[in-house]
Amino acid sequence: MSDATGTTTDATTTEAQDAQDTETDELRQGWLDTLSEALGDAVIGSHIAPGRTLWVRVARDAWFDAAEAAKGRLGCTFFDFLSAIDWMPSPWGRYEYSAVDVGIKPFDPTAPLATGVAGGDTRFQLFCRVVNVRKPDGHPVEVILKADLPDEDLRARSLVPLYGGANWHERECWEMFGITFDGHPGLRHLYLPGEFEGHPLRKDFPLLARLVKPWPGIVDVEPMPGEPEAAEPAANGAGDGDAGGGAT
Amino acid sequence: MTLTERQQRAYVDAQAADARVNVELETEEGMTLNIGPQHPATHGTLRVVAKLDGEQVVWADVVPGYMHRGYEKLVEVRTFPQVTTLINRIDWLGSFANEVPFVLAAERLMEIEAPARATYIRTILFEMARVANIVLFLGDLGAQLGAVTPVFYAFRDREHVLDQIEAVTGGRFHPNFDRIGGIKDDLPKGWIADTKAVMARVRDFCDQVETLLFGNEIFETRTRGIGVVPAEVGLSYGLTGANIRGSGVDWDLRRDANPGLAHDQVDWKVWTHPDGDSFARCWVRLQETREATKIVDQLCDGLPGGPIMAKVPRIIKVPEGEAYVETDNPLGAMGYYVVSKGDLGPFRVKIRSASFSNVSILPWLLRGVYVPDIITILASLYFILGDIDR
Amino acid sequence: MTATAGTLAIELAYWQQTVLRTVGVLVAVLIPAGTLVYVFLFKMMSFMQSRLGPMEAGPYGSMQLLAEVGKWIQKEDIVPWRADRKLFAMAPYVVVASVFLILLAVPFGPDAWFADLDVGVFWVLAVSSISVLGILIAGWASANKYSLLGGLRAAGQLIAYELPMVLAVMGVVIQAGTLNLQQIVAAQHSGEIFGFGGIGNPYIFTQILGFLIFLVATQAELTQAPFDMPVAESELVSGYMTEYSGMRFLLFFIAEFASAGAFAAVAATLFLGGWSIPWVDLDADYMNVIGPVVLLTKMMLVAFLVFWARFTYPRFREDQLQQLAWKILIPLSLVNILATMALKVMF
Repeated sequence: MSDATGTTTDATTTEAQDAQDTETDELRQGWLDTLSEALGDAVIGSHIAPGRTLWVRVARDAWFDAAEAAKGRLGCTFFDFLSAIDWMPSPWGRYEYSAVDVGIKPFDPTAPLATGVAGGDTRFQLFCRVVNVRKPDGHPVEVILKADLPDEDLRARSLVPLYGGANWHERECWEMFGITFDGHPGLRHLYLPGEFEGHPLRKDFPLLARLVKPWPGIVDVEPMPGEPEAAEPAANGAGDGDAGGGAT
Repeated sequence: MTLTERQQRAYVDAQAADARVNVELETEEGMTLNIGPQHPATHGTLRVVAKLDGEQVVWADVVPGYMHRGYEKLVEVRTFPQVTTLINRIDWLGSFANEVPFVLAAERLMEIEAPARATYIRTILFEMARVANIVLFLGDLGAQLGAVTPVFYAFRDREHVLDQIEAVTGGRFHPNFDRIGGIKDDLPKGWIADTKAVMARVRDFCDQVETLLFGNEIFETRTRGIGVVPAEVGLSYGLTGANIRGSGVDWDLRRDANPGLAHDQVDWKVWTHPDGDSFARCWVRLQETREATKIVDQLCDGLPGGPIMAKVPRIIKVPEGEAYVETDNPLGAMGYYVVSKGDLGPFRVKIRSASFSNVSILPWLLRGVYVPDIITILASLYFILGDIDR
Repeated sequence: MTATAGTLAIELAYWQQTVLRTVGVLVAVLIPAGTLVYVFLFKMMSFMQSRLGPMEAGPYGSMQLLAEVGKWIQKEDIVPWRADRKLFAMAPYVVVASVFLILLAVPFGPDAWFADLDVGVFWVLAVSSISVLGILIAGWASANKYSLLGGLRAAGQLIAYELPMVLAVMGVVIQAGTLNLQQIVAAQHSGEIFGFGGIGNPYIFTQILGFLIFLVATQAELTQAPFDMPVAESELVSGYMTEYSGMRFLLFFIAEFASAGAFAAVAATLFLGGWSIPWVDLDADYMNVIGPVVLLTKMMLVAFLVFWARFTYPRFREDQLQQLAWKILIPLSLVNILATMALKVMF
């Protein structure tokens, strides 16, 4: 019975989704084309999640131009957010001291970085999202712009002249990742106290609370009364005993 | 009588302090006034540093961060289901609404869809969180402007909404009820009838507040024309929710994006107001509350049967990918950019909180206003500290 | 007690009279203050806000005030480090003093008054401005920017609203033909409204505009909402009273409600007929006992209006407040005076 209702909804959703997918594929492809036209070689990579999102990865030097193209050509006047991703896996995993730290491969500093959609080959990747809320053609235009930042030169041009809201987002990005924005009216701490040293959201900045007191990843579960003692939990790699992983 | 050395130092200190105040009053920039971090009007620990010329603000700066808890770092060490306990506490008044975009993002990466009943219940609780949040805002609005009575009516009627939320989720403030793939439990018996009665009460409260506050000439004089945000400026600062709809921009994520809630199944209206001043923003919120109660009523009527949880594995591993889901939360647009690497927990989560962007416009907005207007503007922009500081 | 002590059966020495007068004025100040606080602040405000108010201390919370007084008295005396000690200590007393001085001139019965001043109205209006000084002193001496802002706002507001108050009262004075409060009561008792003499001539009917202006001006003088900019609770935390705690705050608190009582008593005397009941003989001896009760009742009626507005309205901004005083109330009260003069001459 539940399946019956489920199927009906699914059917209509899938159809609509298909229609929407093909439609917005073209839609988003159109936006991508507009940006490529405006920026030329600077568009290094892109990715479209059909019906959902458009990612465009640009060269670091074209960061400002890309935002300008989005604002001018695509009409994206709404500034959603700006932040960065540190693609290096955390050297401490999930800070759990259990013998089986499930799912996390041990940290290998020499392994190549696996970055996300639209590719990328540096540790730090800057990204921002802008939207055109005026809905030309009935669809809001949304773009996520990404740029790789070389490790030795963590700078990018500030978007503050284009979007007033970039001010606070860039300040936060600077204090959390250490990325400097050229042309920003005043890069200073937003959240952290004045004398704070370090950039907390970098993966090599440890989460001190967990270093001080490691989180017991696997808890010794007492067997139900009457059941035999469970086998040692540490041996299995499947992680059945993981305390937080259950669906309920 | 000779003074002790301590007294002498105190005397000199006092003279120096006097001199400093005098100097401050005489310079161009005027007197520096710290509003907060402990202040009745700042909804928490927000600090506004204002340089005053008499009662007029010459320059203002906002110093957030007194409540920064580092959520974006904390979620990196948690598994996906554990994250909802954390993010409940970002906007603690509309708490269920915080969980929804994250869970939807995770579901999008896993490419599963919650069953219809779960989506409906999620939307009902989402709108009830909106009601609870904005009802408190309406009461607090009066309190910040000097009318002490609406606060009590607001809290009285909000209690009933929280009672209903508690009946389903077990928690008044931090439900932690959303799960990846659906929700935790089904609705208790008799809940729908009770909820409809509560929504009727809230509508009565909205009428009361409309007469008591919005119909009051003093309220109108205090809020009309104060803190005008032109639409383009608001958009460039990232203002969302009632703040931007009060400037005439017809943008509501419940209708214009498709996050995965059940709003397209009901008949409802997006309210905007062209003025862009404090009155417009407050008025839009009042109408939105009424609209939210109607949405809840319609959803309760059309609630489908079925399972409340899709088939998800017991240990949830979200496949590799990035997804961004944004919903129209009570305070504005809240979104989670989830980067997953196929692990038990997220690799990076960027939390886009509404109040962060809403408050970033304050240094621009507060220039040239009077001190009482600062309070009006803070009240009309409506932020929660947990939302700003994460 | 009169200066001649003729109506009392016993002769009292001057010092005994003084003691009685002092005790009397304390009672006259504290009883209205206490009644107003309990009835309006604790109970009426609570009922209007759909809650019960204090219920624990005493039956229906009637002893709450005693409990609060005890609490404040035993608190630590904190003076901010940078505050001017002498001025800081002096400010509450200045404000309280003005309340006592107002009540000196108000008559409670045919022979129950503290001072029968021929310039009663003038005296009341003049000494009510002393509290402005106290508030200014408190604002400056607290060494706190919020207090300073509160004090400055108070200065502007209280001075601005003195004028409408004076002008509103002028209509009453013209109609009564005297500044003496006792004679104003007599005029209201024995007068007639355009020939109809059943209930005397309480000036609230003929001077309704003056009464309303006086109420608004009183609201502002008492720094009650909607005119509570100096004590804007959500902005200045407590305005000029921010740094005060314990006994000093208690004095401010008593002064606030006692002056509400005093102004209400003055309003009752000027507009509602004071201690007199229209059909009762003006000079009867028992009116010395019933008179204060009657005055208390009328005072509570006026205070009800004052506090009702306080709990309902949001507050004005400072410049809007000033606009109301200068551009609306003063012209209206001038019109009122003109009309009164014209009608007095014609009738």
